[in-house]
Amino acid sequence: MKDKKWIVLGLVVFFGLLLFPLAWNMLVKAAPAPEVVLTKKAKAAKQCVMPKEYMTSEHMQLLDLWRHSVVRNAKREYVNPEGKKFDMSLSNTCLDCHSNKEQFCDRCHNYASVRPYCWDCHIDNPKGEE
Amino acid sequence: MNKYYMSSLLAVFALAAVAYFGSMGLPWLFGILLPYAAVVVFVLGFARKVMGWARSPVPFRITTTSGQQQSLPWIQQARIDNPSSTVGVIVRMALEVLTFRSLFRNTRMKLHDGGKFSYNLEIFLWVGALAFHYAFLTTLVRHTRFFFEPTPLCIQFLENADSFFRFEIIYDFIQFGLPGIYVSGLVLFAAAVYLFLRRLFVSNVRYISLASDYFPLFLIIGIAFTGILMRYFTKVDITAIKELTMGLITLKALTFQVPEGISALFYIHLFFVSVLLVYFPFSKLMHMGGVFLSPTRNMTGNTRQVRHTNPWNPPVKVHTYEAYEDEYREKMIEAGLPVEKMPEPKVEKPTEEEKKE
Ligand code: HEC
Ligand code: HEC
Ligand code: HEC
Ligand code: HEM
Repeated sequence: MKDKKWIVLGLVVFFGLLLFPLAWNMLVKAAPAPEVVLTKKAKAAKQCVMPKEYMTSEHMQLLDLWRHSVVRNAKREYVNPEGKKFDMSLSNTCLDCHSNKEQFCDRCHNYASVRPYCWDCHIDNPKGEE
Repeated sequence: MNKYYMSSLLAVFALAAVAYFGSMGLPWLFGILLPYAAVVVFVLGFARKVMGWARSPVPFRITTTSGQQQSLPWIQQARIDNPSSTVGVIVRMALEVLTFRSLFRNTRMKLHDGGKFSYNLEIFLWVGALAFHYAFLTTLVRHTRFFFEPTPLCIQFLENADSFFRFEIIYDFIQFGLPGIYVSGLVLFAAAVYLFLRRLFVSNVRYISLASDYFPLFLIIGIAFTGILMRYFTKVDITAIKELTMGLITLKALTFQVPEGISALFYIHLFFVSVLLVYFPFSKLMHMGGVFLSPTRNMTGNTRQVRHTNPWNPPVKVHTYEAYEDEYREKMIEAGLPVEKMPEPKVEKPTEEEKKE
């Protein structure tokens, strides 16, 4: 049939689109998974607000709860399961230990392609360090 | 209850259980080997099916002609519904593929009180199908963030557009809202559920629904459901997952080392996708490739302008009546049969003697 060449062309285009990520990653070397850096302060504290597994996957949830609690209920104190107290604050608590936002939050977020809009309002370098 | 959807539902639950328990012992099987195998089966199966279709002969023009064919110059032609040019066919195909025009034409007959009879536009299947397919496409394209590092700018734009609506639900038992809502994922889930409920509750649609209709729906509902669970409810370690997917796409995963910390839910999601890919080329889902090859849509309706001869007709020996008469004319005349062409009466040439006279 004289249509066969068009059908083959269509197939080639479809498979080309499908396998394009594969070809691209053959040509361009992908950056490896990010290494997050802990500050001296964080290292000294040893523990995050919650256990590490929870923080890695659910930290946005925790932030959401904190925000809700502060903004809606005016409760600013958080007690974690170990009984340690935290001031529920994005800039003053999280970024106190994780003051190296570029090497911590951002590395991960760039890798996962998430762009939190929090920093439109919240200050991301409360201590004014470089 | 109906054996067709119950069997499909149980099959999908069984697949989920297989992935859940299997991934505990053999994460490399569900995370690496099966996805690779599924992609290979998909590509080969898809190509085989389409090439099979390409080989099948299409001897006749069987276009559905849903409008006035090209005719006399003063009769207006429906250029798209009954195309006589390649451009018309391309427009017709594009409208079919991109907007599902033939589904839009769906009507339902209704008998009114006074015995009056009418055809009503039945638009919900079209709306549901359109929502389903475009949400699926968007979700799929958005997922390429797992296969590029850095994520391309165009994918980032799509993510931003898709997470345009921000809403949050915070109660003690349900928290929802960070990370931001992707509308397409929720629309995909809702539309797939709608398409299932339609098969379940519209009795004449249920009558023609088989397990091969329910199974892919349940599978896709399962994929969307596990995805939504992963994103909004029991969150997963995206960094570890992206390490795995980047390994898959750069073929580094061939060492069969799986990163730590990937939850079973992700393996269920991935296993469902692998099953879908394997199932695809052997099922009705091949309408994805088939729609482009539907002979009722992709041909020009020009049967009156062009003579289409069947290309593999064997050469037929013909003996026309004219040749036949030429052969037997004399004998026919002798037998007194009528002939179309009388032999020219022999003008008797004057003999030498007559000339002399
Ligand atoms: C007291 C200091 C401290 C505070 C406050 C703190 N962190 Fe941490 N954070 C740590 C330490 C220490 C670790 C490393 C834990 C480990 O490795 O076990 C960590 C780990 C994490 C991780 C996981 C990183 C990875 O490698 O997977 C995330 C995400 C995180 N923190 C986010 C936050 C957020 C969000 C907040 C604010 C709600 C916060 N942290 C507040 C000290 C802190
Ligand atoms: C439109 C500006 C704006 C944006 C965007 C925004 N916030 Fe806030 N946020 C506020 C304001 C105003 C408060 C109240 C501050 C106070 O009462 O101390 C607040 C309070 C909070 C608090 C508790 C108080 C504190 O000191 O941090 C948290 C936690 C918080 N926001 C988290 C977030 C997160 C996480 C995001 C991103 C997902 C975000 N916010 C985005 C304006 C914003
Ligand atoms: C281990 C890697 C990692 C680290 C470290 C990390 N994040 Fe995240 N974060 C993520 C991932 C992955 C997501 C997106 C989850 C998804 O897409 O399901 C996310 C999402 C978020 C979101 C929600 C974004 C949105 O709008 O959808 C906020 C807010 C956030 N992170 C805040 C922080 C802050 C603040 C820090 C630093 C203190 C931090 N994260 C450190 C991985 C990380
Ligand atoms: C048929 C193809 C697929 C469909 C229809 C699908 C569907 C979905 C949906 C609807 C979600 C919910 C969140 C969202 O809308 O993004 C989701 C999330 C997710 N999917 Fe898929 N998926 C598919 C293939 C894959 C593949 C191949 C992978 C990885 C190899 C994958 C990994 C994930 C992950 C990790 C999440 C969680 C995302 C997050 O938390 O941000 N999916 N998927």
